[in-house]
Amino acid sequence: MTEGSEAGGLRRLFERLGAAVTARIWRLGFASRFFGYMLLHSGTALRRFHLTIREIYFAGVLSLIIILVSGMFVGMVLALQGYETLQRYGSSEALGVLVALSLVRELGPVVAGLLFASRAGSAITAEIGLMKATEQIAAMEMMAVDPIARVVAPRFWAGVISMPLLAALFSAMGIFGGYLVGVKLIGVDEGAFWSQMQASVDLREDILNGVIKSAVFGVAVTWIAVFEGYDAQPTAEGVSSATTRTVVTSSLAILALDFMLTALMFTGGNAR
Amino acid sequence: MNRATIDAWVGVFVAAGFAALLFLALKVGNLASFSGSETYQVQAKFANIGGLKIRAPIKSAGVVVGRVSEVRFDNETYEAIVTLNLDTQFRFPRDTAAKILTSGLLGEQYVGLDAGGDGVMLKQGDRLRLTQSAVVLENLISQFLFSKAAEDKDAKDKK
Repeated sequence: MTEGSEAGGLRRLFERLGAAVTARIWRLGFASRFFGYMLLHSGTALRRFHLTIREIYFAGVLSLIIILVSGMFVGMVLALQGYETLQRYGSSEALGVLVALSLVRELGPVVAGLLFASRAGSAITAEIGLMKATEQIAAMEMMAVDPIARVVAPRFWAGVISMPLLAALFSAMGIFGGYLVGVKLIGVDEGAFWSQMQASVDLREDILNGVIKSAVFGVAVTWIAVFEGYDAQPTAEGVSSATTRTVVTSSLAILALDFMLTALMFTGGNAR
Repeated sequence: MNRATIDAWVGVFVAAGFAALLFLALKVGNLASFSGSETYQVQAKFANIGGLKIRAPIKSAGVVVGRVSEVRFDNETYEAIVTLNLDTQFRFPRDTAAKILTSGLLGEQYVGLDAGGDGVMLKQGDRLRLTQSAVVLENLISQFLFSKAAEDKDAKDKK
C-alpha cells in the first residue's frame, strides 16, 4: 500500500523531470532553428538598414547613460580598492594596469553585457511579446510580411552591433574613472599610471579579445531576447514571465560564456 | 521621433563607440607613445638594467625629471644602453651619475640621477659616465649566502 504510493510518487517525479528536460531540449532546438531562420532572413534588416538603425537607437543609444555612469563608478571603485591592496606591497604604480586589465578583459564586456541584457534585452522581449499578444505579428503574416525578417532580425543585428560599442565605452569610461580617483584623488604618479598600463595591456591579446567577448555576448543576449519575445505566451503574464526569463537566461549565459571564452583566450603561455 | 533625429543619435553613438575603441587602442594599449614638453636625450650604459621598462620615470631628488625612451643592447660591450628623455627645464652637470633604483620592495624600477659638481651641463646626445646597475635580488641573496658560508668556515677554522 505505502510501497505502491511511494513507487507512484517516484514515477511522477521522474515523469515531471523527464517532461521538464524534454521541454527544455525542445525549446533549445526551436531556439536554434529560430536562430538559423533569423540569420537566413536578415537580408531585409541589412538591405533596409534604417530598420536596424532605428533599433540601434533603442538598444544602443538609450543604454548609453546607464553604461557610461556605471562604467565610471566601476572604474572608480576598482581604483579605490586596487590602491588599497597594491599599496600594501608598495606597488601602487601598478594601479593603471590593474584597472585597465580588469576592465578590458573582464568587467567591460561582462558588466556591460549584464546591463545591456536588463536594459535592452528585456525591452526587446517585452516589445516582441506584446506585438504577439496584440496580434500584430499575426497581422503581418496575413499581409505576407515575414515578421522574423521585418521585426526580429533588425533587433538582433542592432543588438549585435551595439554591444561591442557599449562595452568599449564602458571600459574607456571605467579607465577614465580609475584615472580620476587613482591619479587626481589619491595621487598615484600619472606617468607610471599610463606607462605601466601601456606596457602591460596588449592590443591583440587584451583589447581585441575583449571586443570578441562583447560581440559574443551581444549575439547571445539579443538572440535570447528576441527568441523569448517571439516564443512568449500571448498574454500579459506570458509577456512578463518571458521578460524575466530573458534577463535570467541571458545573465547566466553571459557568465557561463565568459568563463568558456576566458578559458580559451587567456590560458597557456599568455597567462600572466 | 523622425528618422533624421534617430540617424543623428545613432551616428553619435557609433562615433563615440569607435572613439572609445581608439582610446583603448592608443592610450591604454601600446600603439602610440605620447610626449608632452620639450626634451633632450642623454644615454647611459648599464651592466644590468633589471626590470627597467620604456617610459619608466627618471627621478632626481625624488622629483620626476624625465622618462626612459629607449632600451637597447650593445653587441660589443654586452651592456644595455638606456636613452633618457630629460625635460629641458631640468639641467644637470656633465658628471651626473645614473642609478637604477626600485620604488618600494617590489615596486617598479626607475632611473635615479645624482647631480655632480661639473660646471659644464649635459646636452643632447651626451653620455653619462657614472652608472650603477639595478640590484638583482637573486645575486644579492647568493652573495649573502656565500659570505655567510665563508664566515662559518672561518669560524670553524679558528676553533
